[in-house]
Amino acid sequence: MSICRSLTLLLIALIGLLSLPATAQEDDPGKALLINLAEAPASKVEEAVNAIVSSGDERARGWLEAYGNNRLSRVKDTGQVVLVLNNRGRDWEIADPLTGENLGEMSRRELDRVAINNRIRGQLEGILAMLDLNAKDPDVREASAQDMMGKVDASLVAPLEAQLAKEEDAAVRNRIEEALAIYRVSEGNLEAVDVLAGSLHPGARAALNEAARSDNAALAASATDALESIEQKLKLNRAAETLYFGLSLGSVLVLAAIGLAITFGVMGVINMAHGELIMLGAYTTWGMQQLLPGQPGLALILSIPAGFLVAATAGIIIERSVIQYLKGRPLETLLATFGISLILQQLVRTVISPQNRTVVTPDWMSGSLVINDALSLTLNRLYVLAFALIVFAGLMLIMRKTRLGLEVRAVTQNRAMARSMGIRATRVDIMTFALGSGVAGLAGVALSQLTNVGPNLGQNYIIDSFMVVVFGGVGNLWGTLIAGLSLGTINQLLEPWAGAVLAKIIVLVFIILFIQKRPKGLFPQKGRAAEG
Amino acid sequence: MWLTRPLQERSTQIFLGVLFAAVLVVTSLHLFMPQDSALHVSAFTVTLLGKYLCYALLAVAVDLVWGYLGILSLGHGAFFALGGYAMGMYLMRQIGDRGVYGDPILPDFMVFLNWQELPWFWHGFDMAWFAFLMVLLAPGLLALVFGFLAFRSRVTGVYLSIITQALTFALMLAFFRNEMGFGGNNGLTDFKDILGFNLRTDATRLGLFIATGIALAIGYVICRGIVTSKLGRVSVACRDAEARTRFLGYRVERVQLFVFVVSAMLAGVAGALYVPQVGIINPSEFSPLFSIEIVVWVALGGRATLYGAVIGAILVNYAKTVFTGIMPDAWLFALGGLFVLVTVFLPKGIAGLLQKRRKAKTDDDTPTGQEATA
Repeated sequence: MSICRSLTLLLIALIGLLSLPATAQEDDPGKALLINLAEAPASKVEEAVNAIVSSGDERARGWLEAYGNNRLSRVKDTGQVVLVLNNRGRDWEIADPLTGENLGEMSRRELDRVAINNRIRGQLEGILAMLDLNAKDPDVREASAQDMMGKVDASLVAPLEAQLAKEEDAAVRNRIEEALAIYRVSEGNLEAVDVLAGSLHPGARAALNEAARSDNAALAASATDALESIEQKLKLNRAAETLYFGLSLGSVLVLAAIGLAITFGVMGVINMAHGELIMLGAYTTWGMQQLLPGQPGLALILSIPAGFLVAATAGIIIERSVIQYLKGRPLETLLATFGISLILQQLVRTVISPQNRTVVTPDWMSGSLVINDALSLTLNRLYVLAFALIVFAGLMLIMRKTRLGLEVRAVTQNRAMARSMGIRATRVDIMTFALGSGVAGLAGVALSQLTNVGPNLGQNYIIDSFMVVVFGGVGNLWGTLIAGLSLGTINQLLEPWAGAVLAKIIVLVFIILFIQKRPKGLFPQKGRAAEG
Repeated sequence: MWLTRPLQERSTQIFLGVLFAAVLVVTSLHLFMPQDSALHVSAFTVTLLGKYLCYALLAVAVDLVWGYLGILSLGHGAFFALGGYAMGMYLMRQIGDRGVYGDPILPDFMVFLNWQELPWFWHGFDMAWFAFLMVLLAPGLLALVFGFLAFRSRVTGVYLSIITQALTFALMLAFFRNEMGFGGNNGLTDFKDILGFNLRTDATRLGLFIATGIALAIGYVICRGIVTSKLGRVSVACRDAEARTRFLGYRVERVQLFVFVVSAMLAGVAGALYVPQVGIINPSEFSPLFSIEIVVWVALGGRATLYGAVIGAILVNYAKTVFTGIMPDAWLFALGGLFVLVTVFLPKGIAGLLQKRRKAKTDDDTPTGQEATA
């Protein structure tokens, strides 16, 4: 212990002195440090490691990590110290630790591993963490402080306090304080309990739980209080998380339903193949990624217009070949488009595969946005939520501000009158249907990031989409948005105590009952449009 | 009497005659032809035909609401399945201690799920009369509640279609849950006997086939009776001009509710006869796809004719048997194509074609809509 302490103390002291940036000179000081380490006898290894740490060299972390992993070697002939990148097989791939340059392969017989003993290895983790606490990037500092939570022992208290004194970033300071407080609570310190009362980290809760069970009555009482206040905060965070998942599910529903709100709500065409148009969009994403291997991000962005076009083209074909002959016969349209949906599903099964396809999530969409220890938002869902809102805004703009939107609304309200004013109603039909179908394609592109892409993808959404449109009020885009988001949230709220399936059933029954009460949905159309 | 009137109609007489002849021919070919004869009808075929007749009865029920009331129900599979589950529960209780686990009261799946006692809704199903009553009451009650709510608030047209679909979808999800107490995913199966007759014997199968034929005949006469009655005329009026009928002083929602409930009960009977013949009932009968398939049988046969529904159901299901046997992949293409072709090119279905030919010959036929007044 005492060695560990002295080592870290020394290290902290020296870091303060030597925070100068390393210079890439002819005579790299790193070279001497490494050779010093490699040549040090067992008793001097600690000194050599400390020298490297206190050099303030930015490459120090890489060296020490390699050292700890047995990846630091010496070339027998030249005495040069190298990093071993790959130590499998006979020839090892090596690199220059100073420049990072790859030096190719070398037979392992010509290399001599830089020896390390277990005592040093045990300390390396702490050393590396302290090294990170001095990194320039505050995120790295915060992460390393978080790593230390629950791992602090007596030897680290003093160096951490010293670190706290000069740390300026508030988030990092909090972390270090919490890390220290966890240790102090376990030592029976009452004040530290207050520090932890605000923390959501599981380590803090573990320490408090421990304290609450201790013999010290005062400590136990205050720890119980602190735990309660943490529990309150956690509840709030869980509520926020549920809300987020609800909105995310809602955004998916909105995306799936918004195209339907155009074809069904505005045009009055029941398109049961809508789900399959969504599926086509998802498969377009998959196809794009097959065309552009290794660039999933680019493929995803390109598939936004591509998915729109593919689905819109399919929509135009459906409209021209079937729907135009069934004008004014909504129930027949429903049956015919259902037939089309069966054909499209089977087509995908036959041509591509009955199995699900994998769509890769690009790096910038994976991972999550960390709000605090208890709440983190998955990025892909956040993107889909934003995408849904953008698509909605775009559609709103088209319907409100463009010539096409004006004509669509005119034809919807009074077809004969619109035609006598010179609007080509047939063309408007085609354009509207293409728009609605294209938006379904966009939904498919987004869904490919959240669910499996398979022939049944569309089927899973068709009933939900109709429910959203009907619930929101046919012919009302705002209604669709609000209905989708609220249905998603209700579903997520019910899920914890009812289970996923039962929650879905409850929502369905709720909508069925709601429609009895308000047959025209949340926001019924008013005025002349309602009679059309 | 509204039930005897259809018996005097020529179209009903022809239908009953053909049905009777068909059942008779199949029965005698099965019983009296030697096994190795080309004309022999095997027990398997008899059961298959019995299944078609169940579907035909279901199609008649759908045609009653769609053809004569103008309500496109995309959820009739739910009534069919409920009737089937009522029958399945009776058959499960008949197994007694012959199940795999040998529990005298609890069905196998409940023993498997570690249930200690029978759920309340399983009581009484060991008695045939109660179970057969539930075959009518379970779908009828659901239709009554659902129809009461829907028709009272004047939900019609496409909206009604979509919420009937949501209804059957919700029921499917519910029945998939093990906690519901209906066998979950696997449903009810492994039946032994019905009313004391062993279900595996050829004689019982033939009996079920004949019973289905009789049920279809009775169902057809009931529907025909409703259609030709005064109530039937009001219901056709609702179909063609709902608002106008209401203004004339008819209680449209009552007519709709009555016809809807009758139709649901008929569908339940069809389901109850279906289950002992196929030997299983599971939640897939609730799937929206099945319900919408029924509608296409009716559309192909010709809506508002009743006999067209029978023709459509038998034709499509025969095609399904053939197709899924030869090339299973092509079946969905064929079914999908059928949906499109029938709606675009054959709006009146096969019955419409027949009528057109008859009209060309004799020129004194009346359109279906007015047949009721004749």
